[in-house]
Amino acid sequence: MKIAVCVKQVPDSWAEKKMVNGVLDRESVDAVLNDLDEYAVEEALRIAEAHGGNEEGAPNTVTVISMGPDRATEAVRKALSMGANDAILVSDSELAGSDALATSSVLAKVIADGGYDIVICGTESTDARMSVVPAMISARLGWAQLTFASKVTVDPAGKVSITRVTEAGVDEISAAFPVVISVVEKINEPRYPSFKGIMAAKKKVIDQKDLASVGVAVQSAWSQVNDATPRPARAAGIKVTDEGSGGDSLVNFLAEKKLI
Amino acid sequence: MSTVLILTDFSGDKASKTTAELATAAARIGSVTAVVLAGNGKGAALAATVNQGPIAHIIVIESDDFAQHGVAASADALANLVKEKSPAAVLIASHAFGKEVAARVAVLTESGIITDAVDVAADCTATQSVFGGSTTVHSKVSHGVPIITVRPNSVEADFTASTPAIDNASAAISADAKKSTVSSSQPPVKGGRPELTEANIVVSGGRGTDGNFSAIEAFADSLGAAVGASRAATDAGWYPHSHQVGQTGKSVSPQLYVACGISGAIQHRAGMQTSKTIVVVNKDPEAPLFDIADFGVVGDLFNVLPQATKDVLARQN
Repeated sequence: MKIAVCVKQVPDSWAEKKMVNGVLDRESVDAVLNDLDEYAVEEALRIAEAHGGNEEGAPNTVTVISMGPDRATEAVRKALSMGANDAILVSDSELAGSDALATSSVLAKVIADGGYDIVICGTESTDARMSVVPAMISARLGWAQLTFASKVTVDPAGKVSITRVTEAGVDEISAAFPVVISVVEKINEPRYPSFKGIMAAKKKVIDQKDLASVGVAVQSAWSQVNDATPRPARAAGIKVTDEGSGGDSLVNFLAEKKLI
Repeated sequence: MSTVLILTDFSGDKASKTTAELATAAARIGSVTAVVLAGNGKGAALAATVNQGPIAHIIVIESDDFAQHGVAASADALANLVKEKSPAAVLIASHAFGKEVAARVAVLTESGIITDAVDVAADCTATQSVFGGSTTVHSKVSHGVPIITVRPNSVEADFTASTPAIDNASAAISADAKKSTVSSSQPPVKGGRPELTEANIVVSGGRGTDGNFSAIEAFADSLGAAVGASRAATDAGWYPHSHQVGQTGKSVSPQLYVACGISGAIQHRAGMQTSKTIVVVNKDPEAPLFDIADFGVVGDLFNVLPQATKDVLARQN
């Protein structure tokens, strides 16, 4: 099986983020592999391992696909150090400030050209938090959408079944190859890259492409930020220490605020 | 007057409160048409429940493909309607299903998309609260039909009764949208409590509960509140993941958020700091969440909450 994993480099979720000229300032913060994509990498590796592995000569390959600035190679290396075989990184100055629609069209083109059976994504990035790219890739490719999976079962003959978990309930969904999967974080426990994995990743190939070599043109973003203002910091309010009547004062506060 | 489409959101067999919120926001832009996607023969009964909020029209589309093929089939039907009606905007509830439908509709209609709006103005400018609520952003779609998902509980709903005219449309669903098949569907396990993202009040517990959520649940029930949990609590298996509030869980913005035994890592704050009023109960006076609390009690939640529960119940009688 040819498996692809889409990953994104994001600002560290512990870092303070700010907007500059209507886009996220990515320069001033540490960048890491999106937490939620680690589950996708892990799931891809587990699927490969359950069906003959992805070592040299094995029947499966796991390719990391990413779009981002040159320095996104760090996040891609992390995924490679977990055990993926190789990577494609699309970097182009024209992609700065692009929206999910542009991102999905670039990723879809790379995926279509790669001839994969299974594409796995995280459910969302911790920076934009839109949860729309997997559905967009599926719509663009005309491939089956198997998203918000808490469990993935693959029949290498060409069928995937998932358990979809959302606030609307639990669905069992299946489809024939090729499929676009997104996985939720409860699906697995991502492995830590081993020393051997980190060393091996240094030698793995990251195929860096610009838009021309991918063969796709992107439009400028179809939504614009008019203004971004830091929310006034929430000032700490009243703080009492419980000396036997903490619950009473809490309820008095709620009553004053007409919340009960 | 221009038309605005909303995708009717259902809770079981009834239009949800979120539908009234979508209609309220949409009515600022134009005349509201609520789209009802239903199984064969189920449309009329569902449409009859769409009677709250400023809704002028209902368009019912019936097909068993919606249940069988999920998001992709629903998106196809809605996208076709968008192409036919060229509405001023499309408003959809911002949950997993709604965001994915919006994503596909945006691709299919070559339109810009904005997700997780907390407000929408008459000129379709959307207000979003990003980076864990630390920044407020105003943005606007500049291409195609603005496809906007609106976070439940953010817009104050106008519950005016309405008697919309009902029309039917046919479902045109492509072969690509039928490539995945749903073999079974279980609704979420419902306690007697409101849905977390729709609740007016949320009471959450964290590490400080030490696995015992009884005091949290009792206080929540006295207030008619939903129960939330921090990632520490859900990861420990103390409470189901579906109740997790935070960056990797759900984002809530209720009128009142009561955090008990939660220190307040930035990831948790990301999911709750747009709450209107925040109350914190924690043994540790240094817990970071006190910094954003409107009211804080330094104390043991197992003492504070039972007393508060008793007080609330006493006031109700």
